[in-house]
Amino acid sequence: MEEGHSHSDAHSAHKEGFWRRYWFSTDHKVIGLQYGFTALLFLLFGFGLMLLMRWQLASPGVEIPLLGALTPEMYNQFGAMHGTIMVFLGIVPLAVGAFGNYVVPLQIGAPDMAFPRLNMASYHFYFWGGVVMLSSFFVPEGAAKAGWTSYPPLADIETMGQTMWLWGMVLLITSSLLGAVNFIVTIIQLRAEGMTFFRLPFFVWAQFITAFLLLLAFPPLEAAGFLQLADRLLDTSFFLPSGLVTADGPLEVAGGGSPLLWQHLFWFLAHPEVYVLILPAMGIVSEILANNTRKPLWGYRLMVWSVIFLGFFSFIVWAHHMFITGMGTTISAFFQITTMIISIPSVVILSALMITLFGGSIRFNTAMWFALGFLPMFGIGGLTGLPLGLAPTDIPLHDTYYVIGHFHYVVAPGTIFALFAGIYYWFPKVTGRTMNETLGRIHFWGSLVAMNGIFFPMLIQGMPGVSRRLFDGGLTYSFAEGVMHYNVVMSVSAFILLLFQLPFIINFFMSIKRGKKVEKSNHWESTTLEWSAAPTPPIGHGNFATIPTVYHGPYEYSVPGYESDYCPQEVPIDLSTSDTAKSVES
Amino acid sequence: MQIPYEVKARPDTGVNNAKLGIWLFLASEVMLFGGLFAAYVFLRIGADAWPGMMMYGEETMAERADQILNVPLAFVNTMILIASSVTMVMAWASLKMDRFDRYKLYMGLTILLALGFLVVKGFEYGDKFDHHWYASTNNFLGVYFVLTGLHAIHVTGGILVNAYFWGPGTKMWKRGTARDKAHFTNRIEVAGLYWHFVDLVWIFLFPTIYLI
Repeated sequence: MEEGHSHSDAHSAHKEGFWRRYWFSTDHKVIGLQYGFTALLFLLFGFGLMLLMRWQLASPGVEIPLLGALTPEMYNQFGAMHGTIMVFLGIVPLAVGAFGNYVVPLQIGAPDMAFPRLNMASYHFYFWGGVVMLSSFFVPEGAAKAGWTSYPPLADIETMGQTMWLWGMVLLITSSLLGAVNFIVTIIQLRAEGMTFFRLPFFVWAQFITAFLLLLAFPPLEAAGFLQLADRLLDTSFFLPSGLVTADGPLEVAGGGSPLLWQHLFWFLAHPEVYVLILPAMGIVSEILANNTRKPLWGYRLMVWSVIFLGFFSFIVWAHHMFITGMGTTISAFFQITTMIISIPSVVILSALMITLFGGSIRFNTAMWFALGFLPMFGIGGLTGLPLGLAPTDIPLHDTYYVIGHFHYVVAPGTIFALFAGIYYWFPKVTGRTMNETLGRIHFWGSLVAMNGIFFPMLIQGMPGVSRRLFDGGLTYSFAEGVMHYNVVMSVSAFILLLFQLPFIINFFMSIKRGKKVEKSNHWESTTLEWSAAPTPPIGHGNFATIPTVYHGPYEYSVPGYESDYCPQEVPIDLSTSDTAKSVES
Repeated sequence: MQIPYEVKARPDTGVNNAKLGIWLFLASEVMLFGGLFAAYVFLRIGADAWPGMMMYGEETMAERADQILNVPLAFVNTMILIASSVTMVMAWASLKMDRFDRYKLYMGLTILLALGFLVVKGFEYGDKFDHHWYASTNNFLGVYFVLTGLHAIHVTGGILVNAYFWGPGTKMWKRGTARDKAHFTNRIEVAGLYWHFVDLVWIFLFPTIYLI
């Protein structure tokens, strides 16, 4: 700790006004909650857009109560905005902005993030990016309709909503840039004494690598965004080839550009983005598995090296999204090979998590159920991705519902389950109260069944080649005839999924006020600092009464000869006394 | 609670928070301009002719960039930016030597040189517009305007930061404690790192757009 002026806001949160305390706060915990609430609202909104689309797919043309029948333009808007909102405004802000912000400083023993004011700015950029995105529904001819990937030439000649989309993205990218710098500096600089890199909880490692991906992968998309803005506002033709003809006749531009350029720049971001979506989820699941099996994480170091490897390799697999663009077999071969290689560390991490379960005396609480649900669901998502990584099998499957099924298995019952697990796990940390277990289990089992009801039929529909983004779900195509009836299954499942979110919403708000109070600060008897050293519920700005010193690795559960089945990181023990303990440490 | 290592370096990493932060920020900036340079290469490889068709009263094929762009002016601008990088280092060194008056002088010079750069750039742009050459004319001019325009925005950002540290930001130094002075000196170093980066981007832009 250094000499100098003490900030006036330290330990005096109660003196601040409402705006300063909840809106312009520089406390990472408050900012984490701001991110969390905003992101959950966006998730619900994005889900709502999808429900309207699923209504249309199950019963094309039938009027929706209050809204009337969906037009094709509305359907395209909802599709593009569902993707954008779920990825950029829902999951990433929840996984990184909320969980990362709240938990990382507590887990490494830091008083706050390294740059508290940048942290605040990061949230506000995110918030206003979201506002711009939402308000694009109300400009003439509505929001962006070119899909969440915004491929030109279509996106270049789209209506005003696309320009709003681009400005919204610029704000969101700025937000994630500020966040990423902050996370990396915090993790490198503000670790408590004794917290070496190989004593960091796996969640912190996952956030660390995620921050690097956000830092380095987003700027090329920002570059592409500027170029597309120039195409739209300055009439340049970076992405417009010569001689392009639209419904309104030949396009009056210089031409000479390339639509492929956008795809390269976009996927250079968007493939690392996949790992931005999944790594924090793996981190959350790791924490919960170790805690509830009462065992050290199996292969902690192996997992850390795997996540580092994933980070590096995610930058050289992007063009496996582009096999059908005709970029050439040599390039396709290169990206097939890198894609096959990058599946190895993912499998290593998933296997390590599975092996962690062996021989554990497992506590089945709601957080653990969601974490356990993550493993097979992410497994399905990952394995269905392999045929998409190889050009010969990707070409017939490209742009079909198979692709949608694949990545939704990764992101929805994968990442979102992990995020739910995180909410149930850290809820007592934030509020000092626990969530209701019965409602939690109803939420889990209902969501598990409903999600499979939605996404598994997509894999089946994709096989005969039902294309994504069809307004009528494929009615007009003869090859879709045999699988059209699944649209009803999926849509009914989607509304059932909505139904099973109600117990969660009720549980969430009831537990804030009326949940059972935790009996002790370390509610889950955890070894990591956020539970063992920081008080529950948290004290104000500053986190710890005194910054703890760390003596050993993050998962010392069931150490032979130790008095309890968990040994917190700030408690010194001599691990070298027993052979078993020694192997735990290495 | 005070954030550790705001001013002093952390012993095992050897840097303070702000310095690590600015290096990471610059890494992301490298990726931003890297993406734009990559786009430039991609478009130029795919183009039939470069710079391509231009209007000089009548339509003719431009063979080289210097038929369109003003190389001497850009050379002057390169010199101006390099000079401003030197004065920026001098400003930081003056603080290290506790010569606040010198700091004001050198920082002021840095800001003036940067403004000079923008004025020259403005003349260049104006000349293009007089010929009715716009970003939409062809992809060569599109790349020229977008890349140099984005660079000019970075220069403007640097001017704002430096002007703050020349004017109101000096309050920190004037408080006079050793910690405040060290903190302020760090800030100038960090601002300097950004400024050198902006300079470096131009040193890449000048040959790749004007000369080859």
